[in-house]
Amino acid sequence: MKRRAFLGLAGLPFAAWAAKVDYPRVVPGYRLTFPRDHGAHPDFRTEWWYVTGWLEDRLGFQITFFRARPPEESDNPSRFNPRQILFAHAALSDPQRGRLVHEERAARAGFSLAYAATDRTDVRIDDWSLALEGNRYQARIAARGFEFDFSFLASQLVLQGDAGFSRKGYRPEEASYYYSRPHLEVAGKLNGKAVSGSAWLDHEWSSAYLAPEASGWDWCGINLAGGGSLMAFRMRGKSGGTYYAPPGVSMKPLRTWRSPRTGVEYPVSMQVNDLRLEPLMDDQELDARLTAGTIYWEGAVRAYRENNMVGKGYLELTGYWKPMKL
Amino acid sequence: MFRVLALLSRRRGRGRAALSVAGIALGVALGYAVFLVNRAAVEDLAASVRLLAGEASLQVRGGRAGFSETLYPQIARLPGVAWVNPGLELDAGIAGTERTLRIIGLDALRLGKPELLVPDKVLLSPAAASLGQKRLRLVVGTRIVELQVEGISELKGFAALTDISTAQWRLERLGELNRLDVHLARGADRERVAESIRALLPPGVQVASTEALEQASGYPSRAYRVNLNVLAMVALFTGGFLVFSAQALEAARRRGEHALLRVLGLTARGLSRLMLLETAVLGLAGGVLGVALGYALALAAVRYAGADLGAGQFRGLAPQLSVSALSMLLYVVAGVLVAVAGALLPALDAARTPPARALKAGDDQRLFQRVSRAWPGIAFILAGVVLAQFGPVAGLPLFGYASIACLLVGSIAVMPRVSQVVFAAVPLSSRPWMALAISQLRGAPGQAAVSLASIVAGFSLMTAMAIMVASFRDSVDRWLHRVLPADVYFRTTYAGDTGYLDPAMEAKIRALPQAARVQFLRSGRIALDPARPPLSLLARDYAEGTFPLMSERYARQPGDPPLVWVSEAVADLYGFEPGKRVELPLEGKRFSLVVGGVFRDYARQHGAVLMERADYVALTGDRRVNDGAIWARPGVAPAEIMAALRALPGGAELEIAPPAEIRDDSLALFDRSFAVTYGMEAIAVLVGLFGLSSSLGAIVLARRREFGMLRHLGLTRAQIRTMLAAEGGLLALLGAAAGLAVGAAISLVLVYVVNRQSFNWSIELHPPYALLLSLMVLLVALAVVTAIVSGREAMGMGPVRAVREDW
Repeated sequence: MKRRAFLGLAGLPFAAWAAKVDYPRVVPGYRLTFPRDHGAHPDFRTEWWYVTGWLEDRLGFQITFFRARPPEESDNPSRFNPRQILFAHAALSDPQRGRLVHEERAARAGFSLAYAATDRTDVRIDDWSLALEGNRYQARIAARGFEFDFSFLASQLVLQGDAGFSRKGYRPEEASYYYSRPHLEVAGKLNGKAVSGSAWLDHEWSSAYLAPEASGWDWCGINLAGGGSLMAFRMRGKSGGTYYAPPGVSMKPLRTWRSPRTGVEYPVSMQVNDLRLEPLMDDQELDARLTAGTIYWEGAVRAYRENNMVGKGYLELTGYWKPMKL
Repeated sequence: MFRVLALLSRRRGRGRAALSVAGIALGVALGYAVFLVNRAAVEDLAASVRLLAGEASLQVRGGRAGFSETLYPQIARLPGVAWVNPGLELDAGIAGTERTLRIIGLDALRLGKPELLVPDKVLLSPAAASLGQKRLRLVVGTRIVELQVEGISELKGFAALTDISTAQWRLERLGELNRLDVHLARGADRERVAESIRALLPPGVQVASTEALEQASGYPSRAYRVNLNVLAMVALFTGGFLVFSAQALEAARRRGEHALLRVLGLTARGLSRLMLLETAVLGLAGGVLGVALGYALALAAVRYAGADLGAGQFRGLAPQLSVSALSMLLYVVAGVLVAVAGALLPALDAARTPPARALKAGDDQRLFQRVSRAWPGIAFILAGVVLAQFGPVAGLPLFGYASIACLLVGSIAVMPRVSQVVFAAVPLSSRPWMALAISQLRGAPGQAAVSLASIVAGFSLMTAMAIMVASFRDSVDRWLHRVLPADVYFRTTYAGDTGYLDPAMEAKIRALPQAARVQFLRSGRIALDPARPPLSLLARDYAEGTFPLMSERYARQPGDPPLVWVSEAVADLYGFEPGKRVELPLEGKRFSLVVGGVFRDYARQHGAVLMERADYVALTGDRRVNDGAIWARPGVAPAEIMAALRALPGGAELEIAPPAEIRDDSLALFDRSFAVTYGMEAIAVLVGLFGLSSSLGAIVLARRREFGMLRHLGLTRAQIRTMLAAEGGLLALLGAAAGLAVGAAISLVLVYVVNRQSFNWSIELHPPYALLLSLMVLLVALAVVTAIVSGREAMGMGPVRAVREDW
């Protein structure tokens, strides 16, 4: 406060005054507690609730809410001062259409139109929302191209990494708090028609997700047929290849596909440990330049062990267009 | 075979053909150029509305005062609304300049421009970026706010885009918005959503569809653009008239040839078709040439004068000409149609003439006998008088234009009859050349009629425009003297929304020892109709008497709400009249007021509402002011006051000017905006003069055999020349006198109908007598010279050969 008053006296009352934000670090040993940690952690730099799933064994869908805290904070008294930013992506993978139908929303938190509650999962941007009641998540997405009205019944909660502390690089702060909810039971309506299926939710928050040396990541979350699940990721280096992967995880491209729109090449089929991932369709590229400032591939995949299909899930490929910035 | 014949004969009339082509080309060129420039400007304006609105289908606009930001979530939560982009849009003065910049604050995230989330960053439109500043210094209140230019955006006009948080903070509008771009949910009924939004809006805030706003963006300049289009049409009309006079003389010259064709088996219909085909070819050539010329003109105009053609209507636009094949084709077709229309009468007449009669000599008069019937012309003139009585159509003086067209056509049509009557009344002189000249004019009224028509058409338009522009300029000049009585004027910044003086500053100015009297003014905007530009609000000390009152004065009765005075535009557009109670939104609240009178205001075309500042402060609590006027104490020079004002804290940001400077600037602006009008008028007149000299020349050339005969009878060449000069002079004199009368009538329509309905202000009539007189002298002199020159050419051959030509 003192410093600001001094600056005012120095004759700069009309110049921008913004302070660098000190984000809290992700540290090992933190005990995730619920339902508190289902909610948002607004002090951290980035956070997301990521739902991906299959409907009726033939469609894929994605609903993601992101929260970000900008690196500088201004003392602008306007209620529009962007201290917390929310954006959301929603996509439908329908092989009959041959490409993703997707839409995005972005807003700053405020006016009860956009928020991420801290006591439980409850995020909203206008008429897009995801909220947890008891064991059931409700998601409503009203886009121009499609309408989701889904509920996800959760029965499992998997703390990833070391009891929810998930390392993303070699520096101590390069980590996230991360838990997943595999085998979500989907019931609801797609464009007004009843559908059911199986989905996966990730909730992850961090202040240093991506090491400066990393350009992006490959990630997959697979609901296995026997009730088990597999989550794997690797951070890719800017010079190519794996920059960091958790112990025991190996991800190798099997086949690439080049987007006719952007010219970006993605390894849409991958070998993940002993599983072979094959996409529901090749073109599941998502152009989110308007909100997230990036283009990535986020697609429904089937998992095969030898020639047997053993699970279904989603594969995410980021940083192939340009190195990711969070 | 007939085609070949037509081509052969065309070669002989090459000069006349070239003239017809030139006339059509000039008309088409002007029309096409005006069309291109207007469309470019209007598309640019509409695009600027569309650009940031994106796919928003409804827009809430609140004018300068705006509304509380709490309205934003209320509207965003309405059923049928998907999401809303909240905005604050204000004109801010750029410090140290006379320019304002439109600052558009919107949610940068929702626009997809996250780089603007950093405080104080702005993106500039290309036009604004051309200032080349890295930092933007804006006047807010009497202080300066500095914003950083982050880059260039595809904005239109002179504008800057920033985040809503920066806009609210830096423009001192915390908690306020004045724009909401509403995006509808899938399947929502737009009208129903608009209804539910409207129910939430405070007074003065409107909701409209984005398309309606796009259309409204072109509204302010619409009357001006239509006026230009009509001027271009006048040029095309004169071009068509040129074709008529050329074709009429051509038909007379070639009547033998046409008769021969008839004898050889060409039907009457075939003959008229042949003649029309010939002119259609001329029209085509003129049209193509005109479109090319028009494009070049438009390009030059946009480059050197801007899309507003110097009128200040589209400030800061940098439009691109977009050329479509269809529009080009349309203008070429227009050229052809005008040419064919011009040739219609001569062609029909040629076809109707029995070949046997046409083959005889001395049958030149038939066409003009038909034309000289007076009743159609009188009917047209009467129609013109009647049409001038009607009101505007959709804000445009369409009946006024029609009235002018009728007056013009009617007077041209009665001219042959008038000339017969007039020349019959002129006594024959004792001097032989004069007697000959008068008997020629009496004896061949038809030929004279064509020249006369050219003169009347050209000169009446010239007169009408001259009277209208001079009256307008004179009225503006007088008005400026009337409304600027003080010694020094000052204002915060040039017309911005963000500059103001606070009460402390007001007190300091009032306390200046050099000032005898100080009056302040708070200006604002009132939006009554989303489809029209907002009205200017002027809350002024000693409001009554600021402007000349045009109506009766309504004296305030006990129990009446406060008085407002309205400009003529408001009275015309909204039906406000003295004594009427009106509801006006001021600073977001609705107040009942009573109209005290209607005043004349040339400065604010879209209407102004004036009220006592004390009333305004009592109603709204807004004590800020934007500008003021100072009367000096006796013995104090205005310069001393100006210096004292500048020396006040914050005085450096004031714009200070003596009234003479404001008057000069205003009149310079006036002249600039009429520069195009002057230019187009000159071209129309030029076409008319072409017609005059060509028809005079043709008549003289056609009379070669007559001159030969006269030479045989003993007249000297000099005497024939004098005779021709007298003929030309008399003709021009009659034409100019008639043109003056018709022009004066047309100028009445321009002043009292067209201008009043286009711009909603009244003009006093101030004819420029000296100018008109000198124009008339010039015209008569030109006619005399043309006659003499043509005569010299016609008498180049010997008298014997000339007579022999009469077979």
